[in-house]
This record gives sequence, structure tokens and C-alpha cells, in this order.
Amino acid sequence: MAASSFASLLHPLRVTARRVSQNTSIRRGYAAAAAANPDGIQQGVAYSQLLKRVPEDALRTPELAQLSAVNSETTKMNLFQAVNDAMSIALATDDNAVVFGEDVAFGGVFRATTGLAEKFGRDRVFNTPLTEQGIAGFAIGMAAVGHTAIAEIQFADYIFPAFDQIVNEAAKYRYRSGNQFNVGGLTIRSPCSAVGHGGHYHSQSPEAFFAHCPGLKIVTPRSPIQAKGLLLASIRDRNPVLFFEPKNLYRAAVEEVPVADYELPLGKAEILKRGKDVTVVGYGAQMYTLENAIQLAEKKMPGLSCELIDLRTILPWDVETVVESVNKTGRLVIAHEAPKTAGVGAEVASTIMEHCFLRLESPIQRVCGWDTPFPLVFEKFYMPSMIRCFDAIKTAVEY
Amino acid sequence: MLRHCSIARRLPLARIAWRAPHRLMATDTTAKKAVVERTQADWSNAEKFTTEMKFLATLDRPLQAYRVMDHTGKVLKAEHEPDMTKDEILYCYQKMVQLNVMDSVMYEAQRQGRISFYMTHYGEEGMIGSAAALQPDDVVFGQYREAFMLLYRGFTLDEMMNQCFTNDKDYGKGRQMPIHYGSRKLNFQTISSPLATQIPQAVGAAYAMKLSGQKTCSICFFGEGAASEGDFHAGMNMAATLNSPVIFFCRNNGYAISTPSSEQYKGDGIASRGFGYGMETIRVDGNDIWAVYNATRAARAIAVEQRRPVLIEAMTYRIGHHSTSDDSTKYRDRKEVEQRAQFDNPVTRLRRFLEARQWWDQSQEEAWRQQARSDLLKSFNQAEKRKKPALEHLFTDVYDDMPWNLQAQQKELQALIEKYPEYYSTEEHAAPGPSNTGSDSS
Repeated sequence: MAASSFASLLHPLRVTARRVSQNTSIRRGYAAAAAANPDGIQQGVAYSQLLKRVPEDALRTPELAQLSAVNSETTKMNLFQAVNDAMSIALATDDNAVVFGEDVAFGGVFRATTGLAEKFGRDRVFNTPLTEQGIAGFAIGMAAVGHTAIAEIQFADYIFPAFDQIVNEAAKYRYRSGNQFNVGGLTIRSPCSAVGHGGHYHSQSPEAFFAHCPGLKIVTPRSPIQAKGLLLASIRDRNPVLFFEPKNLYRAAVEEVPVADYELPLGKAEILKRGKDVTVVGYGAQMYTLENAIQLAEKKMPGLSCELIDLRTILPWDVETVVESVNKTGRLVIAHEAPKTAGVGAEVASTIMEHCFLRLESPIQRVCGWDTPFPLVFEKFYMPSMIRCFDAIKTAVEY
Repeated sequence: MLRHCSIARRLPLARIAWRAPHRLMATDTTAKKAVVERTQADWSNAEKFTTEMKFLATLDRPLQAYRVMDHTGKVLKAEHEPDMTKDEILYCYQKMVQLNVMDSVMYEAQRQGRISFYMTHYGEEGMIGSAAALQPDDVVFGQYREAFMLLYRGFTLDEMMNQCFTNDKDYGKGRQMPIHYGSRKLNFQTISSPLATQIPQAVGAAYAMKLSGQKTCSICFFGEGAASEGDFHAGMNMAATLNSPVIFFCRNNGYAISTPSSEQYKGDGIASRGFGYGMETIRVDGNDIWAVYNATRAARAIAVEQRRPVLIEAMTYRIGHHSTSDDSTKYRDRKEVEQRAQFDNPVTRLRRFLEARQWWDQSQEEAWRQQARSDLLKSFNQAEKRKKPALEHLFTDVYDDMPWNLQAQQKELQALIEKYPEYYSTEEHAAPGPSNTGSDSS
């Protein structure tokens, strides 16, 4: 990843962020590929087996089997291009769909809306004033009269001014009106998670704040194929959806993405690797860390077999798939970047404890961010890294 | 078909335009607008600078409130007299009285513990003029003191009472507090308690209507207290920059619960903020139904024809307590209230207007009040007797479909009810079955 590409990660109006960019050249390549570690495991998205690098792989998953031979063409895309493609399809197939937020008209600070204003017009792809509560409220209003509103919050760290609109309004709109009104056409997209140098306000993973709110759906993709299919499903879902895009994957994650208009199911986890000894659960960019942790564990502990599950939808999450897996393996490790206390991991852990109590052979391990604000220079020590995830797997199986 | 359609047909927009206080406003051409926008951004021109150092805190003088008739119901300028038939005017008056009667009965009902909560409209009945100025397809976003809009549009007393008693006929399925009305068929978005959240929502709804080429607007009501919320700023600014056809209607009644407006803002009310956002703005006498009506008509013409927002600030006085949970004598003088109720009352003012034309008299007044009261009590008694909504509706409508966790929790509750019937009587609730969504058009 070129140093210059980091410029687009930065909020143009937040000066502290701009300062960060001056240091990026010395830590270039964070997301794409770190050096091989002493165990010879090549860490990072660039080496991931989870990404589909040839068209045949892309179409092999059962969920994409419905794409017929006619529309089975694929094209190489990174995550921001996949998000862009999904929105382009959404705008083309739904005359009532609009895309808006801060700086989306010129293409967005992460390039996710590139070309959309030119293609669909400034009435349908437009900048708003710099007001997150306004963006969310406006989107709710559009959806309340039956339109499809795809709103962008520039960084998930800045979604909190819209918390009231999302939690008190969007989430309760259908329920409180007795289903006379709903905001099913609402989707809020937002870049989330660590990026190597984002500090407090360009790194957060706020999903658990919203996971406590009935009425919302929360979705986070791990790859371009996932991003396109899940975003299209989110836009067309008849419930308000928060769609968190791991920003360090925007350029780093590249795969062959089907050109066709397709959706991936919400509320369904995906088993990425079958295994029999321990279930490892995560979502978003954490999947790549978990992939490496599994490699390390299986290398260090010969014979060990780990099952890797991507939750994909955080609310409502797929309890069935995880329960089934843990009933088989008897052990669970769950990892996320967000702080541990009251994080999504706590919800998964307690639910699995309720459902799999007699099958559990070791305490459920939670590998999370520490209970601190997201720190700048200590990021490497804050993150639920490969080593921390490996250590948790080891603890679970050796208990 | 609602009756106010006919008013619109008879009163062409061109006619409204010259009656409107905004008639000086030039028609915008795109080219002209582009030039204005560019020059606003261009600060390289020397003419924009001065050597005089001068701070400003106010405009030249406080914005005056537009008034059509005085306290005695006398129209001050004949050309501003509302162009409505006697029947249409009487309809407005009767709905105002009906609202007034409903408020007094329901306030007492709450005092007797028969409903859990209520909010009256005393002193603000004249706002019904705004309802008369709109079209049925115009979407309404309210705060909570806007039952006049529903009554005008034909929401029945039965429908009102079903919501207040949150029974099995309540469109909201008994989930929200009393007075949180909503009606899909009348384009009245369901009320929610968080203040000002509806303001940016109304802007988005209006933008959607503009995109689909509808000749409609949205209207958004809020009090002067709600205007202190961040969502007010967000909504006003978004409406102005995105050219949303929305009418912001502020009911400035002097108090936000106990907080007088002197502790709410320091500027010239809410209206003065409109200019700051670059928005057409007017202040009106909120106790003068015709001022409210004319201003809203003109505002609608601007919103729908020119595709931009308008701010109306209606000056009034909250005669009643804030709600049934509030005793306003703790923070304001009872005398002040009585004076305002007596000398500056929108119902009385319109009644004098009617009496001067000999369209209404004391006997009609008594008969109508009697009628309104008996109609209301009939609905009241029916609503009170009905069962609460079916228990399943505790769990439905959270999502379009019920996810696994809600299905499991619904079963869990069912099991508890069966296990502890002495603690969980369900007799008050209706049997499961299709509910009344109010979505069917009538």
C-alpha cells in the first residue's frame, strides 16, 4: 500500500488526523502485509487464504451458486470498489434510492462513492452539511416515506452524535407506530476499526453500543465479495441496518467479485474452515488475525483442528451456527477489536454458555481490545493480535 | 376525500402569492442562484471589507408578528381576510372547540387515574389554521401538541380515545404513552417523545417527495424549547442547503415545562435564526387563526413551487400545564395565566369573528359544546371498555420478521404466564389475531 493512499483515510476537517498522515510513510504496509514472523507465518490480508483470487473460487461458495453461468463473470475489486459497486447497483435498480453524507459527492474520503454522482446525478448522490445527527435524521425521514436512504457516516467514531436518531428513532420506528410506518429503507454505512494509526477517533468499533438496541441490524463484512453481497442485502432489507466497513480492508483486501447483482443473507454466520477441537469466532478485519492465529496454533500443536466462523451479522446474530459448532468442539474463542467489557464477545459467550453448558470443556475465551480508549502509539499492544488469539486458543484446548 | 381539498381548488396559488408577505421575493433562475452562491463564497473582493469595527447583537428591531384580526375578532385589513366559506370556517371553529372539550375531559380522566398521561392544547387551538392551509398529501411531523392537525384531517374521536386508552384498537398497539398519535392514512407520522428528532426527519421526507416529483411538502411542528436541540440546527441547515420543501412550524408558547423562553434563548426568538440559515421566515400571531392560515398557505406555495424550506414562528401562550405530570403554578403566576386565557384566547377570538358575522351565537355554542362532549364521552366509554392489545404485540414489529431471540423470549414469557397465572393475568388483553394497523385507506 502506497503511503499516499493513506491520505484518503483522513477526515479532511479534523486536523489531528491530518497530522497523523505525515507519519504514515514509516509504518506503510500495515494492513497489506507485515513481515513473516519467527514461525514463518506470513501475516496480513495480502497472504490470506480467505480471499478468492480466482473466479472459480469466488463462485464456488454455495451462497453464490444461484449466479448462473450467464452472469458468472467476476472482476478484481478491493473492498471500497465492492462497496461502490453495490451502491451503484442499488441506485440503478431502485429509482427511490439515494446516497448521501459528508463529502460523498466527489467520491468520498475513502473513494467508496467514486463516480456515483456523475452516473446518477447530484440529486441522488449528494453532500450534506457536516452534521451526523442531521444525516441520520434526514435518512430516517426519507425512509419513513418509502424511499431508500443509503447514508454515510464518515468514520464510525463520529456516529455517536447520531446515536439518539439511530437508537430512539430508527430502531423504534416500526414498533412504536404499530407498523403503520417503518424505516426499512434505511442503511447507514460507516468505516470502522483499526487502521494502524487512527488513534482515538479513527479506530473505534462501536457495534456493541448498537447491539443493545432492538430494531436495528448490524452487519460487517470481511472481504469485497462479502461487502457487496451483504451491503446489497442490507440496503434491500426491510429494517434499518448499520453497515460497518473495516477501513483497513478498503484497499488491502482484493478478490474476484461477481459482477452480477447478488445478495448474501443477513443473520447468517459463515463457517470459513471446518474443525473439531475449538470454535473460533470473529467478524470484520479480525477474521484475518484469527486465520493467522489458527495457522500458528495448528502448527504449534500438531493434530489440533480449529473451526473458524465469521459472524457477519452482529445483530441479530446467528446463534444456531455457533451453538452447533461449539456442541461439536466443546471450546470457544471469540475475538474482536472493541473493548472487552460488555462487548459483542460477552453476548456470544453468555448465550453459548446457556446453550452449550454441558458440552463446554473449557471456559470461553474472549480476546478483545483492552478496556481503554483506542491508543495511538500502543496500537500493536492494544489489538487482539495473532499472538493473543493464539494464546487464547492454546488456553482453551489445554485447559 | 377530505374537505380541505376544496379550499385549495378555490384558492389558486397565484392568488396566495400576492397575499403572501413574501411577495417581494424574486423568482430564482438557476443562473442567478449560481452567481449568488459563488459570490457568497468569494472573499477576495475588496468591497466585502470595511474599516469600521462594529459588533452586532440584534437586527434593527425585533421581528413583528403578522396578524390578521385583533383580539375582538375584527379583521385589520380586508384583503387579508381568509377566503373560505362560512362552512369551512365553522368547521375550523367546531374542531377547535372539540379539541378544547376533549382536552378538558381527558385532563380530568387522567386526574381520576383512568388514563396514565395527557397533554392539553389550551391556548394553542388557533394552530389549526395551519391544518386548513395544507393538502391531505402533505406529510406531518409533530411534537405532541398537534392533535388539531389530526382532528382537522378527520381522525375520529374513537381513534383518539383508542390511543389514549392504548386498547386493542390503538394503531400503535398499546406500545406508546397516551397522545402519541399516528395515522398512516392521514399522513401524520407517529409522534415520539424525544424532542426535535422529527425536524431533520421532516427534511428528509420532503426531499424524498421533491425527488419523486410530488407537488407536496412536509410540515414539522416543534416548540421553542425543542428548537434548542441540536436536531433543530441540523434540520434547518440541511433543509436550506438541500432545498427541501418543508415548512418548519414553531409553536413559541413561552415555556418549555418550567423554563421560560428568557432562559431558552437570548436572540429574537426562533424566527431570527431562520435568516441565519438563509431561509424564508415569518413570525405570526399564533392566537390568530387567520394569520396562521395565511402564513402557512404562503409558506406551502414557497415550499412546493420553489422547492425550499420556510420557517414560521407562531407566538402564543401555553395556558394549560405542560402535562398532567406538571403543576405550572409552581413556576408561574396563576394571574398571568388567567389573563392570557381570558384576553388572548384563539378560540374566543375566532368566536367573536363568527359572531360579528352572525354565523354563530350563544345557543349554537352551547349546543355544539354539548354535542362535542357527548360525542367524546361516547368514544371515551367505548375505548375504556375495550381490551388491551393482544400480548403477542409485545414482540411483533420490532423487525419486519421476528428473529430467533424474540421468538425464544416470546416462548419464555408464555411459559412463565402458564407457570404463574396468579401473577400474570391475561384477561385484560385481547386474544391473538390480526390487529388494527390503521393502514387501510378509508
